[in-house]
Amino acid sequence: MTRDGALLILEDGTVFRGDAYGARGTTLGEVVFTTGMTGYQETLTDPSYTGQIVVQTAPHIGNTGTNAEDMESSRIWAAGYVVRDAARRTSNWRSEKPLVDALTDAGIVGIAGIDTRALTRRLRESGAMRGGIFSGPALDQADEAALLEQVRTAPTMEGASFVDEVTTREAYIIPAEGEKIGTVAALDLGIKSATPRHMAARGLDVHVLPAASGIEDILAISPDAVFFSNGPGDPATADEQVEVLREVLRRGLPFFGICFGNQLLGRALGFGTYKLKYGHRGINQPVQRLATGQVEITSHNHGFAVDAPIGEAVTAPHNDGEFGRVRVSHVCLNDDVVEGLHLEDRPAFSVQYHPESASGPHDANYLFDALVDMIRTHRAGKDS
Amino acid sequence: MPRRTDISSVLVIGSGPIVIGQAAEFDYSGAQACRVLKEEGLRVILVNSNPATIMTDPEMADATYVEPIDPDVIRTIIAKERPDAILPTLGGQTALNAAIALGERGILKEFGCELIGASIPAIEKAEDRQQFKDVVERAGAESARSRICNSMQECLDAADELGYPMVVRPSFTMGGLGSGMAYDEEDLRRIAGDGLHYSPTTEVLLEESILGWKEYELELMRDRNDNCVVVCSIENVDPVGVHTGDSITVAPAMTLTDVEMQKIRDIGIAIIREVGVDTGGCNVQFAIHPTTGRIVVIEMNPRVSRSSALASKATGFPIAKIATRVALGYTLDEIRNDITGTTPASFEPALDYIVVKVPRFAFEKFPAADPTLTTTMKSVGEAMALGRSFTEALGKALRSIDVKGAGFHWRGDAPTGEELDALIEQAATPTDRRHVQVQQILRAAACGDRGADELIDRLYESTGIDPWFLDQILLVNEVAAELRDAAVLDEPLLRRAKRHGLSDEQVAEIRGINDDVVFGVRKALGVVPVFKTVDTCAAEFESRTPYYYSCFDEETEVEPREKPAVLILGSGPNRIGQGIEFDYSCVHAAIALRNPELGYDYETVMINCNPETVSTDYDIADRLYFEPLTFEDVLGVYEAEKAAGPVAGVIVQLGGQTPLSLARRLEEAGLPIIGTSPHAIDMAEDRGHFGSVLQDADLPAPPYGTAYQLDGALEVANTVGYPVLVRPSYVLGGRGMEIVYDDEQLRSYVQRNLPESGRADAPILIDRFLDTAIEIDVDALFDGEELFMGGVMEHIEEAGIHSGDSACTLPPISLSDAQCERIRESTEAIARGVGVRGLINIQFAMTQDILYVIEANPRASRTVPFVAKATGVPLSRAAALIMAGSSIQDLRERGVLPAEGDNTLMPLTQPIAVKEAVLPFKRFRTASGRSVDSILGPEMRSTGEVMGMDRTFPRAFAKGQLAIAGKGLPTSGTVFISVADSEKRAIVFPAKRLLDLGFEIVATAGTAGILRRNGVDCTLTRKKSEAADGSSEPTIIDLIDTGKIDMVVNTPTGSSARADGYAIRASTTSIDVPIMTTISEFSAAVQAIESLADGPFDVMSLQEHQRDLEGVRR
Repeated sequence: MTRDGALLILEDGTVFRGDAYGARGTTLGEVVFTTGMTGYQETLTDPSYTGQIVVQTAPHIGNTGTNAEDMESSRIWAAGYVVRDAARRTSNWRSEKPLVDALTDAGIVGIAGIDTRALTRRLRESGAMRGGIFSGPALDQADEAALLEQVRTAPTMEGASFVDEVTTREAYIIPAEGEKIGTVAALDLGIKSATPRHMAARGLDVHVLPAASGIEDILAISPDAVFFSNGPGDPATADEQVEVLREVLRRGLPFFGICFGNQLLGRALGFGTYKLKYGHRGINQPVQRLATGQVEITSHNHGFAVDAPIGEAVTAPHNDGEFGRVRVSHVCLNDDVVEGLHLEDRPAFSVQYHPESASGPHDANYLFDALVDMIRTHRAGKDS
Repeated sequence: MPRRTDISSVLVIGSGPIVIGQAAEFDYSGAQACRVLKEEGLRVILVNSNPATIMTDPEMADATYVEPIDPDVIRTIIAKERPDAILPTLGGQTALNAAIALGERGILKEFGCELIGASIPAIEKAEDRQQFKDVVERAGAESARSRICNSMQECLDAADELGYPMVVRPSFTMGGLGSGMAYDEEDLRRIAGDGLHYSPTTEVLLEESILGWKEYELELMRDRNDNCVVVCSIENVDPVGVHTGDSITVAPAMTLTDVEMQKIRDIGIAIIREVGVDTGGCNVQFAIHPTTGRIVVIEMNPRVSRSSALASKATGFPIAKIATRVALGYTLDEIRNDITGTTPASFEPALDYIVVKVPRFAFEKFPAADPTLTTTMKSVGEAMALGRSFTEALGKALRSIDVKGAGFHWRGDAPTGEELDALIEQAATPTDRRHVQVQQILRAAACGDRGADELIDRLYESTGIDPWFLDQILLVNEVAAELRDAAVLDEPLLRRAKRHGLSDEQVAEIRGINDDVVFGVRKALGVVPVFKTVDTCAAEFESRTPYYYSCFDEETEVEPREKPAVLILGSGPNRIGQGIEFDYSCVHAAIALRNPELGYDYETVMINCNPETVSTDYDIADRLYFEPLTFEDVLGVYEAEKAAGPVAGVIVQLGGQTPLSLARRLEEAGLPIIGTSPHAIDMAEDRGHFGSVLQDADLPAPPYGTAYQLDGALEVANTVGYPVLVRPSYVLGGRGMEIVYDDEQLRSYVQRNLPESGRADAPILIDRFLDTAIEIDVDALFDGEELFMGGVMEHIEEAGIHSGDSACTLPPISLSDAQCERIRESTEAIARGVGVRGLINIQFAMTQDILYVIEANPRASRTVPFVAKATGVPLSRAAALIMAGSSIQDLRERGVLPAEGDNTLMPLTQPIAVKEAVLPFKRFRTASGRSVDSILGPEMRSTGEVMGMDRTFPRAFAKGQLAIAGKGLPTSGTVFISVADSEKRAIVFPAKRLLDLGFEIVATAGTAGILRRNGVDCTLTRKKSEAADGSSEPTIIDLIDTGKIDMVVNTPTGSSARADGYAIRASTTSIDVPIMTTISEFSAAVQAIESLADGPFDVMSLQEHQRDLEGVRR
């Protein structure tokens, strides 16, 4: 081991030896890989990565530095960072700070120089698992067996809740740009900044609310639609928010959800959610919009998915079909995972992937237009 | 949406001969298209004049027309075959232009043929500069500010508005032909003048300079359900100003954030929609300003391209194959991703490796040419390499290129002081060696002589190469410095060096030791490559396709196998003298040896580094290793495969000189080389040994000798007698070969070709040159017992023109049966004497009924595919089977070879096949901007070839001329003749014939005198050197430049008139008029012109040809 080395230890005992990267120390988390070839800054600042050690399969990371514009939240959330080849020099006209400095300043422990493909293959075959990165003083204090023990006693992602950690403390407003069309109450379960930006660009005032907001808090702002954001953790732990969502649906308020929000809509409708073997993380995932047969190339970051039947619309199981019929609207063509839900009898839909696409292709931006359309249609229905 | 049911037959248009800017990549894409169409059960009709291609193998289509890609010829094919649809998007610009011509002439409408893949309006929107500018605007993006001009005056006016420098781009040309950067009015007049000429619509675009901006390309696909995917992003290391084909490029893009990447993705998709490429692929090129991020769309190709071949190999996403399927109506989600076998093609590949492409140039073949890289493509080939880091991939790519001096080096001291400043200034001009200059400059920083930041800043300013790339090159230098300074070569250090792409040879150079030692130490320390899979998805899904690349990471992915393997070494980057023909033979071996019906059930393993080729398609061999063809890399693959299962053999004789040059070392390292042994190959090259083979067989060779030094050379030359042919041994393509007439010329030759030590490493070969002989080429198979004559080819030009540049005919047109039989006997004696197991190519010269042996090459030759097409015998396949142990008798029984006889004597009804070479002279300019000289000689300069086949020689020759030039031979007009004194008698008859055919003849004084005295009327014109008297009467150069001459006959003359000859040929080359530089070619052309009066060309498919041959074989 070189003086400035680092270890990545997986719970199955696999050890990768590399170079310390970013902050020195110990970090523990669920090790997951993402295949995006661009967008490392958006990835690191995506709150959905809370509790996870992120492996970049793209070998060169950090080439374009970091900048204030591309932050998806106020800070880096990933628990740790694994790269093949960390940039020595930053080169991009928008760069303000080298990535390595951003990691170090944020105290993110990383490792570089390991065979990230071998690691990815292991995660693919064995499933996402817990792991730890150890560098600097952490290496001096313990032997590998002790480090492995630390990894094995860390909490698992199943049953984990990070909502309180990532949500905003105070409500805030992102004002509509141009002519105002309506107001959205957005429950922050780990929201990315691109999401309200897309809504605001379409004339929506976005009230971003803390995750613990109740239905009264939501109603207090007289929203035209309610939005549940993406976020980290196991959707099975968010019963409180699921109940709020059911209240939203009962009141016939238009609802839109992304990622965690999709999982919560699934749960609110009475479907289960389950953990995928190694998840979908990348910006090249083909999702088919079943209504048209068209394929969107989409940005994904999810370890859990909704267990709903693909095909004809079915009656949502919750409370004897209280919410009417629901249709799986989108599926991932790689593995037929449910990627979207659409209520037939109420104004509500959600997607498992990331139409705000930061990072990633903009193919699914139309869903924000669909939100506006839903608001307009709903309003027209009320008026008539 | 399933496949359309209204199409049952498709005509595929190929790309014709290999030229600069349009190379083997279209054989790859066309072959994929043919395979897909056949799989879909469609009748496939193919037209392509290039016989060296896999796609023109008769099995690839139902009706294969090796005919000129000319609208009239294609009309005849359409009338005969009545295809439902035409697929023009896989044959490069040639096919697109042909499609437009078919549309314009109403031929598509006349026969109710639909274009699939791209419509005429879509092609025009993408190719027409103004229409494309509008497209870009409608797509919400920006083009460079520009003006369309149709005349020189308009160009000059536009210059006032846009200011210099400006880019000049002609419409509808390929490979950027005729384009360039104009820094002042003189440049503008020259470049735009050419551009107006080359553009079929006499149109050029002048635009603001975006020189020095970052350059990117996206490869896109779209289906009829409007699904779009971006297959790959490519970043040019060289900024805008160097044609992307001449740039070092990297995939994926390295220096863009996601925000910028998605912006260009959005623009790319908006453009493909706006242009209306509904079912197919395209590429879009972008320039991005390095400090403001302003994005400008450069251009779009509504077809598969060189870049899409590169992107296919780089990602594992087979663009041409999928483009063909979507053209048939499938949607991307209905098409499986072959590599994973489980996921659909409607996704975007994720790479977990870095791909670097390096171009290969041929400036050494054109010493007068200016090696400055511009927006006109000049490279003749390319190599691609994959690695887990940029430095690893770059190092591998540079050694794949197989050019001495193309890679990084650490000889001598790092440049300092003024030398350093001068180098930085030089690096501002892009050339084929700029990357090495940059590396040398950065050595100064690596050894601490100058600050890294300072040097990178200055280099960035000088070259426009992104600092990230500069830093990576600095990193390689730093690793080299660590290597140099280390006390011992230990494991971490060696591993670090290999991870940054250093070859054993480079490590050896840095350490001052032998590369065998490096290899040994490396192996002992366990620093050996592992192999990763190109899987399209960054390991997200399991891959079932063994497409591998090496790296120095931890885990290897090579799967064990049970069947024995045969490794086939490909031919590496295309270059002049070693092109697609060798890939052709390798592909045949890879397919034949895995076919149990032919007797062998091996797993075939291909090793190659050329992304343009069919051989590097992942489903040609059972396993593909995309690796450099060097000793260490091949050995790495061999060790990995030996660990995976038994290795039955290694084939090195099919890929040309690159693999052959490794044969001896590989054999010494214990690799089981099959076929003709490396020893036998060496012996055929060795004059002494080969001489005794000839002696034993009682065969005459021209007198010859070998020498290492000047004195010896002079002695040999005087013994054998001038003229002599001199060349270094071990060359392909006649590199360094010259005909020398006296001691003075010989002295000059030897001095130019000897290293500083004064003694050559390999001998200089000196042969008596038989200047009036007929040259003959044969390709034959030998199994140790029996000889199968593949074909006897008679050259049209006399001896002295490299066989690769000479036109030839099969069957021969002036050899008697008895002479052909003699050739066969001699061939058999040589094959036996050398110990051939497989293919042998021999060149003979026949003069005064004596058959001299010029040279023998016991390996695949350039002419093998031509012979196979002309005779209907699959020679390459047979050769591979013989190398694996089959006898010719076995192959006769299996139906691979004809049951009886061979091709020594062809049936009298056999049509005549003419092979004609395609020369790249018009691509190259001297530093002063003139065309380079176009005379032929013993050094090969052609990039490709065509085949013309017809009932008679004149018609076949005329077809060949049509196929190479596009315009073909003139049927009326003015012919200019100016020949050397020794040849004046020989032109009387053909000139008279031209006069009788209604041509006007123009000649310079000497030639005119002889013609007139022989009763051939002609107009006298002045040479340029005679124009000094101030008369305003035009010289021949003026006549040529103003398009008043329709054909030029000019043979090289003595030194006094040399400048005139050059000026004539240079002007002719510039304006693309047929030029004959030998009398024999002129005579053939006259016969051909005469035959054109017999009406339009008939066409015959290879399948019909084969059927005709069966049963009538003599």
